[in-house]
Amino acid sequence: MNDVKFYKLIIFINSLVPLALLGWDAVFGKLGANPIEFFLRTTGVLTLLFLLITLSVTPLRKYYGWNNLVKFRRMLGLYSFFYGFLHLVTYSIFDKSFSLSAIASDVWQRPFIAIGMLAFFTLIPIAVTSTNGMIKRLGGKNWARLHKLTYIAAILGVIHFWMIVKSDVFYPLLFGLVLGGLLGYRIYAAYEKPKKVLATK
Amino acid sequence: MVIKKPNEIKSSEITDEKTYLNRRNFIRAGLLAGTTLATAGVYRFINPPPPKAVVTAEIQNIIKPTDFRTEEKLNTFEEITNYNNYYEFSTSKTAVAREAEDFITRPWTVEVGGLVQKPKTFDIEDLLKFDQEERIYRFRCVEGWSMVIPWIGFPLKKILDSVKPLGAAKYVAFETLYDSKQMQSSFSAGIALPYVEGLRLDEAAHPLTILATGLYGKQMPNQNGAPIRLIVPWKYGFKSIKSVVKITLTDQEPPTTWNIAAPSEYGFYSNVNPNVRHPRWSQATENRIGEYTRRSTLLFNGYAEQVESLYSEMDLKRFF
Repeated sequence: MNDVKFYKLIIFINSLVPLALLGWDAVFGKLGANPIEFFLRTTGVLTLLFLLITLSVTPLRKYYGWNNLVKFRRMLGLYSFFYGFLHLVTYSIFDKSFSLSAIASDVWQRPFIAIGMLAFFTLIPIAVTSTNGMIKRLGGKNWARLHKLTYIAAILGVIHFWMIVKSDVFYPLLFGLVLGGLLGYRIYAAYEKPKKVLATK
Repeated sequence: MVIKKPNEIKSSEITDEKTYLNRRNFIRAGLLAGTTLATAGVYRFINPPPPKAVVTAEIQNIIKPTDFRTEEKLNTFEEITNYNNYYEFSTSKTAVAREAEDFITRPWTVEVGGLVQKPKTFDIEDLLKFDQEERIYRFRCVEGWSMVIPWIGFPLKKILDSVKPLGAAKYVAFETLYDSKQMQSSFSAGIALPYVEGLRLDEAAHPLTILATGLYGKQMPNQNGAPIRLIVPWKYGFKSIKSVVKITLTDQEPPTTWNIAAPSEYGFYSNVNPNVRHPRWSQATENRIGEYTRRSTLLFNGYAEQVESLYSEMDLKRFF
């Protein structure tokens, strides 16, 4: 096993640790008084966290010249999608008893649900086109353009988070600031070196 | 450091391939185990287990009236004491128990005044000498969850009667203790402090409205609003103000904390009403803590029969 493969394994296992602990605590009834809410919140935060880590790959790579980082980006992005999927499934089953009409009316009545849903649907085409074959089929340029949807998903995700808290905006604010920094870096980089704009793919 | 030229390195000094690979595998296993443990550690640090329950004093001679109790399954003591909204201590419902562990609730007085004939300051020990009743009520939070809680307490009306409200008194204002040495700042809580609440006088004097001094037969745990709190079972939980230090009768609708924070979301009345939407939480259904599917929310939290006459002339959607 070469080093890249080994580091991929480390990231793969570590990214599963929160899910393993969630599962462990669920089995032993240690998720607290409101296990559904806890599961929802944790998977939601993990979705955003992985999205931000994914978005930090390019700035770190460019700033420090750690070009190998890009090899781990797909896995990190797919973990964001994975936790987002768990988040949506938990909401659909426990909060809405899998009733499509209940979900539809929820989307209609509660803007933060609509925004969260939109964020997830934005992630779907990115996840689907994450394979090497898809990159070839789409061509690097188109693929990179499509994958800029990640920015939209992250912005919507932070807004979704912001809207659910009652008054304690600390964590949404923190996520928002980090996201602002990561997107700001990209704008800055594009502005500074217009010729290298494609490097953000 | 002497750097030997390749021809100077004796073959005996070169690590053989097997040892090299073993060492590499050993380091890799260590890295894998180490990072996994570190990640698990971070997770546990962010999500610590609940603290050990603090045992409070037993309340003696509890009267158990046959009305004022629902036959629904009670929530457990662990659930009731580890899932609390008490922003003065923490905005995380699962962290309040730990943050409120050292909250000092003695000595404690409740100052009752305003538009009354006989303003009076009650000592908590005197309030605990009132006849204590068990009231098993549904408790519905505006966030869409609910519990069934065996409160101990007495009707608020007893206090109101003893101070003799003046004819001009129409409302009752309540205030929670705010002690910056024991509680977090208003900035961290995200709401103005001290926490204030209010009721119309007829709501306050309703037989369902109590000042609660405990639950499950014991004095009130800190995280639930020790040593004394309001319980208004047909309204969203945030109306049931905790750790009360001041009760003032007024002729005008008093300001209330959540209404100040977001007037379009939290009205003065805040009666439990499945027909009045909230932008973030469904109010048509609720998650009864301990259950895995949502149940329908009842108008006035199931107390419509007892309280709807209070609102017979009112548009409940307008006065939400």
